Amino acid sequence: MGDIQFEIDGKTVTADPGMTVLEAAQKEGIYIPTLCHHEKLEPFGGCRLCIVEVEDRGWTKIVVSCVFPVADGIIVRTRSEKVDRLRKTIIELLMAHAPDAPDLVTLAEEYKADPDRYERDASFCIHCGLCVRYCAEVVGKHAIGFVDRGINKEISFVPEIAAQECNDCKECFPLCPTSYLQAAFVYAQALSFPEKNGSASGTQSVSGQD
Amino acid sequence: MARLETPEALESFRQEIVSKRDPDTPCVSICAGAGCVASGADEVIAAFEKEIQDQGLTATVSTKGTGCPGFCEQGPIVVIYPEEICYLQVAAADVPEIIEKTIKNKQVVERLCYQDPATGERAVKESDISFYKAQQRTVLCNNIKIDSKSIDDYIALGGYTALAKALGQMTDLEVLEEVKKSNIRGRGGAGFPAGRKWEGTRNAPDPVKYVIVNADEGDPGAFMDRALLEGNPHSILEGLILGGYAVTAHEGYFYVRQEYPLAVENILLAIKQAEAYGLLGKNILGSGFDFTVIVHQGAGAFVCGESTALMTSLEGKAGEPRPKYVRSNVKGLWEKPSVLNNVETWANIPLIINNGADWFTAVGTDSSKGTKIFSLVGKITNTGLVEVPMGMTLKEIIHDIGGGIPADKKFKAVQTGGPSGGCIPEHLLDLQVGFDELTKAGSMMGSGGMIVMDEDTCMVDVARYFIKFLTDESCGKCVPCREGLRQMHRILTNITQGKGKKGDIELLEELSETAVEASLCALGKSAPNPFLSTLKYFRDEYEAHINDRRCPALSCKQLISFFIDPDRCTGCGTCRKQCPADAIDGDKKLIHIIDQDKCTRCGTCFEVCPPKFSSVIKLSGEPVPDPVAEEERTIRKKTKEKG
Repeated sequence: MGDIQFEIDGKTVTADPGMTVLEAAQKEGIYIPTLCHHEKLEPFGGCRLCIVEVEDRGWTKIVVSCVFPVADGIIVRTRSEKVDRLRKTIIELLMAHAPDAPDLVTLAEEYKADPDRYERDASFCIHCGLCVRYCAEVVGKHAIGFVDRGINKEISFVPEIAAQECNDCKECFPLCPTSYLQAAFVYAQALSFPEKNGSASGTQSVSGQD
Repeated sequence: MARLETPEALESFRQEIVSKRDPDTPCVSICAGAGCVASGADEVIAAFEKEIQDQGLTATVSTKGTGCPGFCEQGPIVVIYPEEICYLQVAAADVPEIIEKTIKNKQVVERLCYQDPATGERAVKESDISFYKAQQRTVLCNNIKIDSKSIDDYIALGGYTALAKALGQMTDLEVLEEVKKSNIRGRGGAGFPAGRKWEGTRNAPDPVKYVIVNADEGDPGAFMDRALLEGNPHSILEGLILGGYAVTAHEGYFYVRQEYPLAVENILLAIKQAEAYGLLGKNILGSGFDFTVIVHQGAGAFVCGESTALMTSLEGKAGEPRPKYVRSNVKGLWEKPSVLNNVETWANIPLIINNGADWFTAVGTDSSKGTKIFSLVGKITNTGLVEVPMGMTLKEIIHDIGGGIPADKKFKAVQTGGPSGGCIPEHLLDLQVGFDELTKAGSMMGSGGMIVMDEDTCMVDVARYFIKFLTDESCGKCVPCREGLRQMHRILTNITQGKGKKGDIELLEELSETAVEASLCALGKSAPNPFLSTLKYFRDEYEAHINDRRCPALSCKQLISFFIDPDRCTGCGTCRKQCPADAIDGDKKLIHIIDQDKCTRCGTCFEVCPPKFSSVIKLSGEPVPDPVAEEERTIRKKTKEKG
């Protein structure tokens, strides 16, 4: 245990082989912001907010800490002018979709991000994939998935599965950093399986999550 | 045909094929590649077959549909052996004359030969044509010589002798060492040394390893891999088997995009043929080495050309890249060590094994060895595939091989490396092509796309176009690429539409940095290149669009106006009659006037105005002059118009 020794923000830390830099930092109580990370899920590397600077044998590079494996002797910096600048842009890009999402508002304050930097898009999902991956990896139901690709990518409930599984589960609801997931569920329910809804209890329990 | 059990059996079989073929028997080779088929090659082939049959020549003349020889501009291409007479733009109607004159009477049909646009001279042989003269075709050269559906044709030209040599005389380690020594760098884009990649896989502890052909060519305007896949599939297959032997893999994959149906068909056939001959499968040529190949068709996502996305897609999942802090050659397909190389890289391997690493390294620059195939397209006289030694200058490729820019236009830039490559301006045309040289100039080798642009091309619009392509092709997994490109495309569109703002350039630079530094895969990391390179070399065009609402190339529709010069207009009415928007007012002997409110800036008037008048003018960044007063509109000058 703790075979690998390296440095995060000036502090010498130890980690097990195969651990990621993010895991090692969290173990040490060192905060790195994340949006698509969840301890029960495989690392995704989608939001890129957890980027850090790594110095390895004289080379400094930007890496994504949720997937970058720990290595002996590396020097990790969780904040730097460049890291902060990149994080600020990432936050601003996401705020074009979800300007009022609490996590993003907090991050925006920290990184002095301007929520109005980029033209708004009328879609609230930030594609962290937490709902999709949680349903697949933890619940094992695959009731929600990604459809389409690139800028047209969306989350979508699979009505046949969602009608059977979701009303009693909804474990993904609190994971969503915006409110979009719940809206998507209500929408899917209204369109595809209203009869399974009971006396509109589905909708009530949705609002009850807040 | 029985299986070939030993390398010697292959050699005697080869001699048997060759001995049955009289080198003096006329053979008509017709390019059956996609480009020539599109220009009617199938009809030409059918016409030859029919005419030969009708004339009772079947015993003395043979025909074959071959792979693409590259000069697609001039297809369908027909080469007649043994004289190697090359006919261009052949139509089915030309066939009887060719049979009569060339086949029967050994005469050349002059009008079908290449005519040099500068000197007017005709070139009879392929090798005399300026397009081919400066090329060095070691990989592409066999395309026109072999029927792409015939393994015997490939074997007759020495096909599979590299495999026989490797399995019969070399250890797997020696094959690897030879490839390492050749210093061949991957032809797919990044230019990673193939030998080192192979070594990593070979040395990885997992005993199950894979070798994969990346045949997911997706760059707009690029078709070099297609030409090889369709024209000479066995050369790639032989390379792949050699790769499998060198890294001790027993399974190989072709990842081919399904938009290349002929490539898929020819590869599948090649595999079947090689299996029947014992060149694939169990105990190849009696060596004890087993190797099988599976073809997987991609569903058309550009990003699946990226190594990790390709492997994810091969595994049956959505083609999204995965983080690769551990390289694919150690942990790739199904988490097994996997060598992924591009089509052209694999096609070079048999040549390296047959001729030796020293032969390969004799050509090229210090860091880039061998030849490279480019697809030369755009505003260029000779469009097609060109194979040149690394180190040739861009100027030689564009002017000597490509024949320069048509229609007396001025060269502006050449875009290399596919959509995520960059634009290289005129003052850098002495640049030698090579991986590091192109990267240093802000572009890249990529897979070998080369798009030539002339003075009418707006560089901001070029950046917008490629960023749009990449936005559409982004898989959407990571924020810097998905969201960053979406915003970059929006801002660039605004600039080309005259809605650019101060600060847009800085914003684009910031988005570029984020994409380059923080994207997950190479698509996102290189996506800003079209913007960054055009900004580097053509910043004045960006500034003109934003500050003066002016498009210097007179190309961006929202920033240009068309105006009829009253002093030049003869009232001929051509523009008025053809204007699709009914925006031109005029009559006989009346100066024509464009109603700027009605004009859609389609450019029809500009194109149809007879060159001797050239009275339609494009304007940008300046007000359109007031139309002439009604009483001055009558044209009093003498015109040739009758009545």
